[in-house]
Amino acid sequence: MPVALQVESMLLRMQEDLARALSKPLHERRWGMVIDLKKCVGCNACTVACKAENKTPPGVSYHVVIDEEIGRYPNVTRRFLPRPCMQCEHPPCTRVCPVGATYSRPDGVVVINYDVCIGCRYCLAACPYGARTFDFGDFYTAGHTPVTAPYDTAPSFEYGREHSRTPDNLHESPIGNARKCTFCLHRLDKGLLPACITTCVGGARVFGDLKDPASLATQAASSPRVMRLKEELGTEPSVYYLL
Amino acid sequence: MSKRLWLVLGIGVLALALGIVGMLDRLRFGLLHVGYGSPVPWALWVVFYIYFIGLSAGAFLISSLVYVFRMKQFEPVGRIAVFTALIALIAALLFIWMDLGRMERFLEVFYRPHFGSPLAWIVWLYTAYLLLLLAEAWLLMRRSFAHGATNPGLKGKLYRILALGTKDDPSKAAGDLRIVRVLGSIGVPLAIAFHGGTGTVFAVTVARAYWYTGLFPLLFLVSALASGGALLTAVAAFVVRNGYAKHKETVLALGRLLLGLILLEVLMEVAEFLVSLYGTAPSHFIPIHEQLFGPNWWIFWILGLGFAVGLPALVLVSVGRRSPLAVGLAALVSTIGFIGIRWNIVLPGFAVAELPGIERAFIEPHLNYIARYVPTTMEWLVSAFAIGIALILFAIGFGLLPLEAEAHA
Repeated sequence: MPVALQVESMLLRMQEDLARALSKPLHERRWGMVIDLKKCVGCNACTVACKAENKTPPGVSYHVVIDEEIGRYPNVTRRFLPRPCMQCEHPPCTRVCPVGATYSRPDGVVVINYDVCIGCRYCLAACPYGARTFDFGDFYTAGHTPVTAPYDTAPSFEYGREHSRTPDNLHESPIGNARKCTFCLHRLDKGLLPACITTCVGGARVFGDLKDPASLATQAASSPRVMRLKEELGTEPSVYYLL
Repeated sequence: MSKRLWLVLGIGVLALALGIVGMLDRLRFGLLHVGYGSPVPWALWVVFYIYFIGLSAGAFLISSLVYVFRMKQFEPVGRIAVFTALIALIAALLFIWMDLGRMERFLEVFYRPHFGSPLAWIVWLYTAYLLLLLAEAWLLMRRSFAHGATNPGLKGKLYRILALGTKDDPSKAAGDLRIVRVLGSIGVPLAIAFHGGTGTVFAVTVARAYWYTGLFPLLFLVSALASGGALLTAVAAFVVRNGYAKHKETVLALGRLLLGLILLEVLMEVAEFLVSLYGTAPSHFIPIHEQLFGPNWWIFWILGLGFAVGLPALVLVSVGRRSPLAVGLAALVSTIGFIGIRWNIVLPGFAVAELPGIERAFIEPHLNYIARYVPTTMEWLVSAFAIGIALILFAIGFGLLPLEAEAHA
């Protein structure tokens, strides 16, 4: 089957998996992601989609593709490691929060309550994957160009709520808070796959309910090629990689 | 007030005046103009915070030598130690408060307790400690307040208020000291808990191998005792009028104590360094290597090794055995040098990026792993503001309060 069709059928399958998972109670699903490193071409479409979806300002990044050069000339190649939040089963970041502003939902997604976070950044220090960033109140254009571009103040809909950032008020959340990838919870709630999944050109990313034995994600995670980052820390990430 | 106190006050006012500019920036723009970012989320203000909290814990624990363990030789600095601990605590709390992204939400720690967080625990412990310090300071001074309430002028008025109805009855002073002893006895484990707890905040982060050792909370305690001891010695020698001459024996005794604490600090650091440098694991090796040979090498070699421990230790084993002036100077140098030791507790923790290659994945404001962290002017000014407040409170308090035990007699 041509790659384009394969990708499309994967997306349709994941869409069905998603609908099935959403019909179950919250605690009976566990969202997970499987990223096939053999299929990743390092195009960063996922990173861009994440930026566009969550309107993350400069300095705030939920997703990144780590690009490493392997070997020595002339035997050189590149290796790509896309890194969303691992949504750990035992997240070191939530335990340390002094006010309980960040916590694991029953479906395994680690979230931040912007109304409570005091901005101490302990969770940033505690995350072994560098998956959290702090919103220092930077803007792409405001203060740097004569006119503020609309995308600078466009609201994001994280957690199903409208969050507006404006350069006129640097004391309004999410400015001054820790921020992170949520597997696009606001999209999931509407029956949509995370932005990084739908945009992946190589079909390298699989998303779904790891508690559902029939989901594509569960099947992919059962591959013998599977690994997780920093297993030795006991964090039990929900993001798997196929080597 | 003595000339020395005027000097402290002058420096404090100057620092505050300078710092106001930074503070206005801090209040207007939040954390926008800080030099740190997500790769180095804790920086200068956290360094000062653990520095001052260490000074407070150290000074307090030394006061307990007087009030709990009844070591007569330190008696002249008992009240001064409690007062210094109080001011240092205020400075520490100011710093950690400034560092919050949402300063106005700090009370959430009380409204929404999260028992799994060491950070929440230490905030509760600091609060208990603050109340204990206030109670202890008042009990120690209330007879002096009552005695001085009849003085004319501002001091008399102030003492009348602060006495809170206490009678000028020296025979009751022994009873007060008994209560102080109980409070001090509670305070010792409390100080160990909150300062060991501050070390634990760092030590529990499995993500940072540099901090993730059982030695870390103990290292915090020893550093606290050494730095607090140094500060108290310097205060006893120089801020007290002719302190080094008047309290010669006390200052010399403090010098001996300080020497022991400094050597203990060196022992802990050597243990930490040797183990980390011996292995090949970069997460252990790089933070130490960075301290020794990185661009900020001078913080380790000059501030830490030279000022905090090396120079004072040399003075204390030689001229410091007889000369209280030398002890005072050594202690002053050590107090300042400990800022370097505190810097090297916080910053090397971020020397290794979480995932290999992530350091080249971003070049954004506040998200730049490659740029070396350098505190911005705004960070220095805000620091000056907080230190200015502490110095002003210290000078005024020292000038007005009956901190020297003889004042009563």
